[in-house]
Formats: sequence, structure tokens, C-alpha cells
Amino acid sequence: MTAATSTVGRNRWLSASTWRNLLRDYPLVPLTILLVLLVVLADILQPGLVNPGWVTSAVRQAAVLGILAGCQTLTMLTGGIDLSVGFVASMAGFVTATFVHQPGGWPMGIAVSLGAAALAGLVSGIGVGIFRVHPLIVTLGMGLVVFGFANVWQLQSVQTGSGVPIEIRTIGSGTLGALPNDLLVFVPVAIVLLLLLKRTGYGRMLYAIGDNPIAARLSGVRSWQVLVVLYALSGVLAGIAGLVQSGLSNTASVTLVQPYLLPSVAAAVIGGTSILGGRGGYSGTIVGALILTVLASVLSIVLPEPWRQVVFGSIVVLVAATYARLTAES
Amino acid sequence: MTLTTSTDMLLEATDVSKTYGAVVALHNASLAVRPGEVHALVGANGAGKSTLVKILTGAVTPDSGRIIVRGRERKSHSPAEARRNGLVSVYQEPAVIPDLDIRENLRLTHTPVEPFRHWMNELGVENLNLSSLARRLPLATLRIVDLAKALAIEPDVLLLDEITAALPANLTERVLQNVQQLGEDRSVIFISHRLIEIAAVCDRATVLRNGETVGVVDVAAGSEDKIVNLMLGEGATALAQREGGHVTAAARSHQTPRLSLLGMSARRRLHNASFELYPGEVLGVVALEGQGQDELFDVLAGSERPSSGSLLVDGKPATFHHPADAIRIGMVYVAADRAEALLMQRSVRENISLPFSARIPQWGWINLGREKHKVDEAVNTLQIDARAGAEVRRLSGGNQQKVTIARWVASGVKTMLCFDPTRGIDIRTKNQIYVLLRDLAAAGAAVLLYTSELKEIQLACDRVIVIFGGEVVAEMPAAQASEAALLRAAHNLKPDSALPEEVAAAATGDMSAVQAAIDSQSTTVSQR
Repeated sequence: MTAATSTVGRNRWLSASTWRNLLRDYPLVPLTILLVLLVVLADILQPGLVNPGWVTSAVRQAAVLGILAGCQTLTMLTGGIDLSVGFVASMAGFVTATFVHQPGGWPMGIAVSLGAAALAGLVSGIGVGIFRVHPLIVTLGMGLVVFGFANVWQLQSVQTGSGVPIEIRTIGSGTLGALPNDLLVFVPVAIVLLLLLKRTGYGRMLYAIGDNPIAARLSGVRSWQVLVVLYALSGVLAGIAGLVQSGLSNTASVTLVQPYLLPSVAAAVIGGTSILGGRGGYSGTIVGALILTVLASVLSIVLPEPWRQVVFGSIVVLVAATYARLTAES
Repeated sequence: MTLTTSTDMLLEATDVSKTYGAVVALHNASLAVRPGEVHALVGANGAGKSTLVKILTGAVTPDSGRIIVRGRERKSHSPAEARRNGLVSVYQEPAVIPDLDIRENLRLTHTPVEPFRHWMNELGVENLNLSSLARRLPLATLRIVDLAKALAIEPDVLLLDEITAALPANLTERVLQNVQQLGEDRSVIFISHRLIEIAAVCDRATVLRNGETVGVVDVAAGSEDKIVNLMLGEGATALAQREGGHVTAAARSHQTPRLSLLGMSARRRLHNASFELYPGEVLGVVALEGQGQDELFDVLAGSERPSSGSLLVDGKPATFHHPADAIRIGMVYVAADRAEALLMQRSVRENISLPFSARIPQWGWINLGREKHKVDEAVNTLQIDARAGAEVRRLSGGNQQKVTIARWVASGVKTMLCFDPTRGIDIRTKNQIYVLLRDLAAAGAAVLLYTSELKEIQLACDRVIVIFGGEVVAEMPAAQASEAALLRAAHNLKPDSALPEEVAAAATGDMSAVQAAIDSQSTTVSQR
């Protein structure tokens, strides 16, 4: 705005600060453009790739990633993170599978596994909220504790035999017309999270604690209450994601979902949620999860496996860093 | 100490300016220190003293101005560089690393040990074991260690910032004695809120007001009044009196106070404070920096628990474990630091409605219509310009401050605790805030208003209390609270009294009288 020439009008339209404001205020717009570009790129690289089957498989993977990224979105909004989601989700899928030949069957399995996931989250929440240990440490440790217990359970249940229940397989890999069944899980979860963040007092508290814990405290917010509930909720969400993933892959393993851990953080960051807290939302995260899924698919066309990971990781870091830089200061 | 008429200054700072955003902290301030003199730097809160000190010691870079030490211009970009340039400072808080022993602390600052020992003895702390951990030593000893450390490297200019605060009487005396006898070659810049000490040890005083040097006073008998008048400036007498609405003392006697504090102490600074706050009044609080007012507000807001004393709210004892406890009974706190009170990345609406959702029963569905109604009402009441309301950090400082107040106006308030709410905001917004506080009081709320701007007392308050050394030392109706009266009370001087005789004598150079003066002053302080 300093120049007084006739080019001001055009410059303003193209100026860095305009783009910065656009990215900050409407992150969904550039993210959606990026997603569309990636899909077009995929179709150019391998004509005919983008067909209903490919869309179904992409949406399937994005659904699991999206739910896990929901855990990260909620915790990151408060300035935290949940690194236990990989092991908690794997545990949930595995425990449910071990109940298939037990009295109570799969419904009992789901109840036990989600209860265990909630309990793990609750303990993390107590560590973060009441004992004020950094969430990175607490959830990393809790993830290992859950992994350990899952292994113990594995040894206990090796005689009884296990298998992913048919009902879970139907959710994870069946289709309803062209649409994958796991949308039946993902869409309600997404709606709940979107409304939770936008329209409830609890959602406001997540943003408040992440933006300025001192201000929240001075306004009468007891942040430990918010945090204990938050990590328990994150545990349950991770458990749900684990069930969907075990149905999708028809596998029950205590490390099944672990590879999704870092992409779940990346999806939330790319979706515009600040790791420092107070800024972001779930709609961006959903698009972020789709972008990562499509990106992985594009890279699998052009690169051999080891290089794919190098490039995938680099792109994630690059996009996240660009985004953080653009939105950092007003 | 006799002074020559020499004009070669040891240290000369000229035309020093510094602005922080829209706030002018220093505007062409100057300071000239003669060799061998003890030079006081005085000014009311916010006059620019601390900014000038930070510039001299290299902690802050000035926007313009020159600093000349021994005839050469010096530019210090860090405290370490200022040290090499011959300017060493000793602050209120001890500058030692608690987990190192004294010898290691000395090595850290390249302080020679023998001179250090010599000065420790001179300052009255003998036989200090250099191998003892700094954290094991009493605070008073650490302050002496700091001073000896500074003296040991033989600085040209020694800057003492409130060095005597919280020193026991005998050590204060030794310190002041040594400060006075530093010799012809060395100068001291002495900062203290205690005008009596300044009268006793200083040769000259530079007075700052609103970021400008308004006068340099030769300290002699009676110069205390001159200093106070310079700090006040002209026009201090011409103040518009506010009309009506006062709660008379007679009316108060029939009421239960909203708040009564009895012998409240907290942390190190608040000692035995007692006062009452009645419904329908705005009670002003005046204090120099660091007299316990921060602790007082922290206790009342529920952020800090008192170490002793009791608090009655509407006649019933109250204990707060968390700000939520205070808020529940209608006691709300407006912080001075807006960065402490606001969610900078969130909207005006979310900031104002923040307390609505604080408690678990309120975590559910938000009735957006009702919320909007309440928020809009508060925005209108405070005339907040919320055009840039998507993120509070894009608002002006005045509008941000209004948001912090609007939050409590919207959720209903019985007792409002305002800590310097008008700091650094424009005059129009200030007036709006005064009107709002008056309106709140008229509607039956009780308002406690700490302010660093003395003229606000008569503009907004019914009554005022003055805190010194952690205790309420004066109380007066706002009508009598002229800036001069408040400033005297804030320095714990009796109203309209001349200097105590012994201090007046001290200023003329009689050393035994100096000690008597210091003793009497110190005893009064320590008796508290």
C-alpha cells in the first residue's frame, strides 16, 4: 500500500498479504484447490486412474486418517497432541477381534475395546490436565503402555483364536452402491466434531485454553476438567478409527494403525490447525486427510516405494511449514 | 560531598527518545551525572524511569539520543557491553544463579575475588563463605553480594535501582554510607521511591515526567517538596470536580461492606493490608510500583492464596482456590495486561462470551441468538468498534481493553477489580471507561480501581486508599485526593508536613544526623 502508482490496484490483488489473509481467513479455499489439482495430476499421470473404484478406496483410507486426525485437531487446538492414537486404535481393533468367539461376541468386544481406549485417554488427560506433564510425553508413554497391555492380551488369547468379526468387515470394506460403508461411521463422527467445535461451550473452551490459558483461567475456566474430557474423547475416537481400519484390512494386529500416527498429525496441520493451539478446525482437517491420501496415491504412480516415502515426508513438511509461515503473524 | 563547578560530566545522556508502538515512553529525556556525585533519578509511575535505565544499561536500544561516558559516545547493545563501557547496574532482584556457589557466580561475571571480599567487609557482611550455594543465602545478603560484585569491578557509573527496598535497617545504613563515600572518580545513579533516602545521600536529582526531563534539583533542605512539585507538573491543581453520586461516610456505616480485608498478607510484598469496599462506590487504590498492589489484586481475583489475613464478602468469609470461585460470587478481575486477558486469535464475540461457557453445566449447545443478544448489548454499552472483530489482536489497544471489560458487563458483575485499566489507551476511551465504572457503581456494583494515573482518582473514584510497603497507609475521600496529596501519601509522607528535621539536617552534610534519619526511617519501615 505504499506505492502511489497506477499499478497499485493490480499489486494489491496479487500482494503477499492478500494471499496471506485469504489463507488465514478461508483456509478451505486454497486447500480444496490443492486437492482438485492433485486429483487432476493423478489422472494426467495415469489416464483412467480416477474412476469410482479409485475414489472409493481413497475415501476409505481418508476416513480412517480423518478420524485419527480429528484426535489431533481437538488436542492441538488446546496446544497439545495425542501420540497414543496409533497404539490405542490398533488395540481397539485387536481386542474386538479376540472377542469374536467369546460370550457376548463382537458387541461385547466393541464395548470393551472402546472402554479401554477411553480409559487410556482418561489417564493421559489426568497426566496432562492435573499433573501438568507435557502432552507429548504423556501420550507417547500412554501409547507404549497400551501397546504393552495389548501384547499381554495377545498372549492370553492365543488359544481361543480370533478373527475380525463380519460386521466390522462389512463396515470397513463393504459398499453401499458406489459409496464405501465406512462413511456410515465417518460422516456422523465428522458432524459431531464439527458441531462440537463450532456450536458448543466445550468447543469454545478448547479454543480458549489453546489461545491463552491465563485468560481462560482468569475467566473462570478450570482447564483440567476440559483436558481430562478431551483426552478421553480422543481415546474413544482413536478406538473407533481402529475398528474401521481392522474391518478395512481384515487384520487384527497390535500395530495395525501405527503407520497412520504421523500422517494424522500432518493432516491436521495441513488443514490449518495450529500446533500451538487456538486456531484451526475440523473442516480443514478433513480436506487435509483427503490431500494426504491422494498425494500418497499420486506418488505411488511415479516413484518406487523407498523414494515415495522420502518425497511424501518432504512434501508434508514443506506444506506445513509454508502454511505455518503464512498464517503466523498478522 | 563538595562539588566543583566543573561541567565535564562523567555520564551524559541527551535527547533520548523511545516509543513503543503508539506509546511514547521517553521524549527527549536527558540525564547528566557529574564525577563523584550521587545522582537521584525520580519520577512517578510511567514517567519513563525504567525505560531510561534500560537504555543506559543496554537492555533497550533508544530510537534517538546520545549517551556519552567520560567524553566518548558509547553505544551499548547489551548489559554486558554496558558493563565494559563502565556502567554497572544493581537491580531490585538479586542477579545470581541460585544453583551455583558464590565463587562460581563471581567467575561467571569475571569479578575479581579480592576486591569483592573487600567490599563485602565494607558493606558489613564479614566472613562470607564463598563456597556456599547462592540459594542458601538470605535475600538481604544476596543484595549485598550483588552490590559488592558491582563495586569490585570499579565501574565509572554505578546504577542502583531500589537497592534498599527490603534491606534490613543496619545494612541499609551501611550501604548508603558506602554509596556516599565512593570517591571523586565514581558516580552513582540512585533510584528509590523513598524520598527520605534521596534527601540523605544524593547530591542532585533529575526528575522525569511523561517521558521528559522536567528538572534537575540540587538536593538540599526542603528540596523534597520541589521534587514532588516537579513530578506533578503544572495544572495539577486545576482539576474538574465530579458531581454527586458519592457514597457518604454516613450512608456507608449502615451497609455491610461488599468486601472487607483484615490483615491480608501474600507473597513477600503484601503485609497486613486492611480496608473495606462498599456497594455503590468506586474505591481507588494508589501505590508506587511494587508496594503489594499486584499481590492484593491476585488475592482478590482468586489467582493467589494469601499467607495470612481474612477476606469477608458481603459479611461472609470467603476463600478462593481458583478465579472461578471468585467469579461465582460475582467478583471479577480486569487485568492490566491485555495479553493476559484476551484470546488474541479469536473473535470479539468469543472473547466476550468466554465466561458463559466456563463451567461444566455450560459446556453444551450454545444458544447463538441469546449469546449474540448479550454480546451486542455489551458491545453497545462500551461502544466497541468491532469492525475488525474476527480477531481481537487486530483491534486497537483501547478497543481491546473495552473487550476485557465488556466480558464482565455481559455476564453480570457485583464487584469489579480493575488493575490499571486505562494504561496506554487514548483519552477518549479512558473517559468512556470512567463513565462506565461510575454507571456500574450507580447500579449497585462495587468497583476497586488501581490506577497509576493519579488524576484518575478524582475523575472516577469516591474514595481512595494508598498502599505503601504492603500496607494501607492512608485513606481519603476523592475530593481531598489531589495529585500532590496522593503522591505524598504514596511516598508515605505525612500530608502537608515539611521534611523531618533530622533529614533536613542530613541533607546539609551532617553524617551523624544522616544515620539518625536513616535509622528512624528504617525502623518505621521494619516495624510494619
